[in-house]
Amino acid sequence: MKPFMSGALALAFALGAAGAAFAEPPGDPKAVKTVDGKSFDAKGDPTYNIKPDGTVDFYTFSGYRRYMGNCSQCHGPDGMGSSYAPALADSLKTIGYAEFAGIVIGGRQNVGGGNEKVMPALGDDKNVTCYLDDIYIYLRARSNDAVPRGRPDKHDPKPPAFEKAETECMGVN
Amino acid sequence: MRKLLLSTCIGASALIFCGAANANEALQKMSQNPKDWVMPTGNYFNWRYSELKQITPDNVKSLAPAWTFSTGVLRGHEGAPLVIGDVMYVHTPFPNIVYALDLNNDGKILWKYEPKQDPSVIPVMCCDTVNRGLAYGDGKILLAQADTTLVAIDAKTGKAVWSTKTGDPTKGQTSTAAPMVMKDKVMLGISGGEFGVRAWMAAYNLADGKLAWKGYSMGPDADTLMSENTTNLGKPVGKDSGIGTWQADQWKIGGGATWGWYSYDPALNLMYYGSGNPSTWNPKQRPGDNKWSMTIWARDVDTGQAKWVYQMTPHDEWDYDGINEMILSDQTIDGKARKVLTHFDRNGFGYTLDRTNGELLVAEKYDPAVNWASKVDMDKSSKTYGRPLVLDKYSTDKQGEDVNTKGICPAALGTKDQQPAAYSPQTELFYVPTNHVCMDYEPFKVSYTAGQPYVGATLSMYPPAGETNMGNFIAWDGKKGKIVWSDKEQFSVWSGALATASNVVFYGTLEGYLKAVDAKTGKELYKFKTPSGIIGNVMTYEHGGRQYVAVLSGVGGWAGIGLAAGLTKPTDGLGAVGGYAALSNYTALGGQLTVFALPK
Repeated sequence: MKPFMSGALALAFALGAAGAAFAEPPGDPKAVKTVDGKSFDAKGDPTYNIKPDGTVDFYTFSGYRRYMGNCSQCHGPDGMGSSYAPALADSLKTIGYAEFAGIVIGGRQNVGGGNEKVMPALGDDKNVTCYLDDIYIYLRARSNDAVPRGRPDKHDPKPPAFEKAETECMGVN
Repeated sequence: MRKLLLSTCIGASALIFCGAANANEALQKMSQNPKDWVMPTGNYFNWRYSELKQITPDNVKSLAPAWTFSTGVLRGHEGAPLVIGDVMYVHTPFPNIVYALDLNNDGKILWKYEPKQDPSVIPVMCCDTVNRGLAYGDGKILLAQADTTLVAIDAKTGKAVWSTKTGDPTKGQTSTAAPMVMKDKVMLGISGGEFGVRAWMAAYNLADGKLAWKGYSMGPDADTLMSENTTNLGKPVGKDSGIGTWQADQWKIGGGATWGWYSYDPALNLMYYGSGNPSTWNPKQRPGDNKWSMTIWARDVDTGQAKWVYQMTPHDEWDYDGINEMILSDQTIDGKARKVLTHFDRNGFGYTLDRTNGELLVAEKYDPAVNWASKVDMDKSSKTYGRPLVLDKYSTDKQGEDVNTKGICPAALGTKDQQPAAYSPQTELFYVPTNHVCMDYEPFKVSYTAGQPYVGATLSMYPPAGETNMGNFIAWDGKKGKIVWSDKEQFSVWSGALATASNVVFYGTLEGYLKAVDAKTGKELYKFKTPSGIIGNVMTYEHGGRQYVAVLSGVGGWAGIGLAAGLTKPTDGLGAVGGYAALSNYTALGGQLTVFALPK
């Protein structure tokens, strides 16, 4: 690890390498544990938690907003893809949490062939990194058709722990 | 015209001004030759109109492809090629290849110029790696590369003559606009409103690429090139007006990008263009009018000094960029001959102003669906004169952060985006490609990091209630502010129009059709489906005694991103048809030029 690498980049490097070496599809999305309103699957990866009446957990809702605010400009509405970038509602059927985080933070390039695709490294963008799990949770739900397209109609209230973490991460603007 | 131009050849700077006037005159003369197409906008007035009349309402039904050319790039193809004499100049999206094609030899490639650019610029380009075209002046082809390098290429040899870096992509600055040559200068703005870029308009010397002047969209007068003579609706703007309507230092990341089309009135020595949205999309985070984002600018071509400004959407709450083209014409309004400027804004109002002084003459909705404001206040004695009267229920600022404000028309796409309208002096009508889409808009808190997106809102888009068409192609009377006829289109019309002297009007559609309609009635006369969706602009030229019509296909741009998957409204459920259909069911990526002519 080169000493000048920033924390985020170093993390991306580690995660990206891990993702490449141990690329494994996401496991069963079933939530087995919920801490302060945030759910985790049996592997300990963040996941969604949707009630029978369609009410989504706050992280899924937050992920929707942040996806639409920061990702949809290239990846299209609701993870559906565009003429510019792939449909993440499909990609996340095969990309697990670690690989997802690695790509988001470190970026990736697939250029040439007249169809240049470049994913930027978003490790320095707090609007993304502070909500990385939220975005993953939302897209994971989309990849399993657990939430439909569009803004979720009903969501749980914002957990106090979310509020606290958000404020700490985003800082004073 | 000659007289007017020569009248500037007086005083101490006579030599400079005379030289400029001559170079200027050459290009102006070329733009009056209907056989050529020497600037993307057709002429300095942005008419996109041709005197050619071989293709008529009667015979256009026989139009057929004469030859085609693949650009080798599969991205959104905006803009249109240039034709100068026997050579056609075709540009592409990133990597911004320029081809010179021999019209005497079935489009054989005379030369190809491909710049080397760092691909990391790609994701900094909000809404696809589009490029809106080339400029020509004094034997040079001007290309604004994605990475903000402005390069002058020898039109004969394809070799770079000079190049100059106009911005910094690592700070979110990119180029998508077509430069325009005016006198001895090349005008070029900057993209990056979604990255907190404080944007500018700049003039570079056509001879060597050196910066001549640079006027920012916001900041102190020394930056905006405003003075005590700069007016807004007839009144002086006052000192440092580009700072006072911002909270603290927010103007430094204020946006106001300048990626649209530019126009020029040689007689007034003024250039016109619009500035885009203030950064961020969350209006709560930037109180104030945010001047001079969302503004029509009139600047002196030689010095950049702002003569007048008019802000259409103070304190934007919907991303209604003001960058759309300014079309210049001479028309009689209320019995008075006027030099007017007509502008179809993203915010859904069609504006007619007196371009000599910025007086507001007409401001009317050019899509009946527009609802965010009841009207523009035209009462000169009113405190809100010239401002849109915003309805609280559609104000994303009044509704507030973390509130989903519903049913706003138009959507952020605008009633029209960059796809330029055409003007016919025969009919005195404007032919306008429009979007017919509404949205829900929810602003939320964002933090600014240089070179990273600075958006701060989420939105979902859908056709107006009870309707399925997402676009209209309309004819507009700018004197009265009235729609004369309107043709429905299933998708937004994202292609620039072309009007001709024979009263045939052309445009492209997102499914990929090139269409011809009657200028007087809007009746469809011809259509042909090209290989990919059209977001390029239709142009025409004459070669070897034949009139040709050409258009680039290659779906993409914001249309390709927003519409590829189809629109949706959560309350309406899935699987809806009509207006909700996915563009991806109709067309796929492409990059092709199709050139049409009547059969021999």
